[in-house]
Amino acid sequence: MDKVFISGNHCIAEAAIRAGCRCYFGYPITPQNELGEYMAANMRKVGGVFLQSESETAAINMVIGAASVGTRVLTSSSSPGVSLKQEGLSFLAGFEFPAVIVNMMRGGPGLGNIAPAQGDYFQSTRGGGHGDYRTPVLAPASVQELADLTVKAFDLADKYRTPILLMGDGMMGQMKEPVVFPEPITNLPEKPWALKGRGDGPSRHHASLILDGLEMERHNWKLVRKYKEIAEQETLFELYMMDDAEFAVVAYGTTARIAKGAIKRARKDGLKVGLVRPITLFPFPDKILQKVAQKIKNFLVFEMSTGQMVEDVRLALEDERVVIDFHGRPGGIIPTPIEFSRVIHRYYRRM
Amino acid sequence: MELINKWPEYYKKDVVSHYCPGCGHGIVHRIVAELLEEMDLGKKAYLVCPAGCAVLAYNYFDFDVIESAHGRGTAIATGAKRANPNLFVISYQGDGDLSAIGTAETIHSANRGENISVVFINNAVYGMTGGQMAPTSLIGQSTTTSPAGRNPEVDGYPLHITDIVAQFPGVVYAERVSVSSPAGIKKTKKAIRNSFETQQEGLGYSIVEVLSPCPTNWKMDPVRSCKWIDEEMVKEYKPGLLTDKREEKRKEKG
Repeated sequence: MDKVFISGNHCIAEAAIRAGCRCYFGYPITPQNELGEYMAANMRKVGGVFLQSESETAAINMVIGAASVGTRVLTSSSSPGVSLKQEGLSFLAGFEFPAVIVNMMRGGPGLGNIAPAQGDYFQSTRGGGHGDYRTPVLAPASVQELADLTVKAFDLADKYRTPILLMGDGMMGQMKEPVVFPEPITNLPEKPWALKGRGDGPSRHHASLILDGLEMERHNWKLVRKYKEIAEQETLFELYMMDDAEFAVVAYGTTARIAKGAIKRARKDGLKVGLVRPITLFPFPDKILQKVAQKIKNFLVFEMSTGQMVEDVRLALEDERVVIDFHGRPGGIIPTPIEFSRVIHRYYRRM
Repeated sequence: MELINKWPEYYKKDVVSHYCPGCGHGIVHRIVAELLEEMDLGKKAYLVCPAGCAVLAYNYFDFDVIESAHGRGTAIATGAKRANPNLFVISYQGDGDLSAIGTAETIHSANRGENISVVFINNAVYGMTGGQMAPTSLIGQSTTTSPAGRNPEVDGYPLHITDIVAQFPGVVYAERVSVSSPAGIKKTKKAIRNSFETQQEGLGYSIVEVLSPCPTNWKMDPVRSCKWIDEEMVKEYKPGLLTDKREEKRKEKG
């Protein structure tokens, strides 16, 4: 297929339809409205379902319904709306149902604002809802990657029977870039566990209620084994200008793009700086950080938050003798590459 | 000699009921199972059971069942029915579930005219959590959270949610019945049959509210509980047909 020039929000919707997603449930919230609007215009053309729900809570429960019968299903929102979806995310994890949930983050807490931010890292990577579970999180950093990771999110969701979060921010959703879409998927995986009516077979049910403590514990450990397998098989990251680097920036999504611009500038000034970009935030690419830490002793974590992913970097490197610094711009402020290159200079000099 | 009282095909045989003596759930469960058999719908049935006493309904129902978070039954039912319209989708809910925490889901699934059947068990109390006041509790009714009796000045009034949704154009069939007597049970079965037929014909949303005894939390014996429905509850919640737009909808559909 030819290249198309498309915004991030539209791109996710188109990629989802191509990935065989046939149900979309959502509620309007800025800055991701274009995603639902694209679905409204296009989902019914392919025989799929678009439904604007009465709330985020209703939307995520509609997702549960559609997922339970074996349909590839998507919902999208932005930070305050994703908070409302946490009930359903916990149930999806408990039921072990596949679904893809998009969060185009904005400034917070509360209503915050509608500018790009990365303040939902903890909520996304720590479970978010109640109970002992995690949600795998994909964090693209370009519109092309939004397309690729949307498709991957559906595949991972089905493969591991888990909800998957696709996490961007207002900038990822609003910006336009050239994209080559994958061909539409025609063969979707079988889902023998899906409820399709018992037919002539035995009846089945799905429940997250497990009253017996030992059984509940077994279920909790089963989920942990699944997350370990995902960590072993599916952890994604990018290394940028790391071959000869003596100083490593760690950033994801929008901040990783800004960091790349800043690193280019710093390189012109002779600084040996590189970037480690986590693409999966859970599972976190801790092994590559540990490998990098064999050579590099100075890390600078850069986030559009007051410091959330930096905790995962510290956990990953707790046994290494390294210095981990942090630079954050929360609240919807998008730092420029020039600003961040100055920050790199400052920490580099201290090294 | 012919055996008349057969065990319903879609009701599991090897289980002991967890419901309290005199509870109405068992009666309504049996009606649902019987109708699915009589109407040949069991093979494609998908029932959403609620957070509440009926959360374990899959222990009894021998067709496909999913569990719901508190109040979200009709949202899950909507997702399932939209994704696979061939399924026969039932949302089985209690009064706290459907008319308190799930009010928005109830109102909007009804207003969209989702082609689903809702079985609404109204026992005027939160059962599983131990007898707290529900939106449906009667004025003066003593519960664990209205120990001096429900006082409308501070607790508000009994909510008639079925009457509310019955006014919506998308709600094709709504009836209030009671399982407090053999005649009431017969009427209940007829009303749920009408609801199931509504979905089968693709006409839209239907809801049957069942006044149902909860002897444990009412602190009455089963006989007295049925009497309380017939003497007190029906004064607030009058049984009868609330709307029947089936003919109209059939004409619309041609």
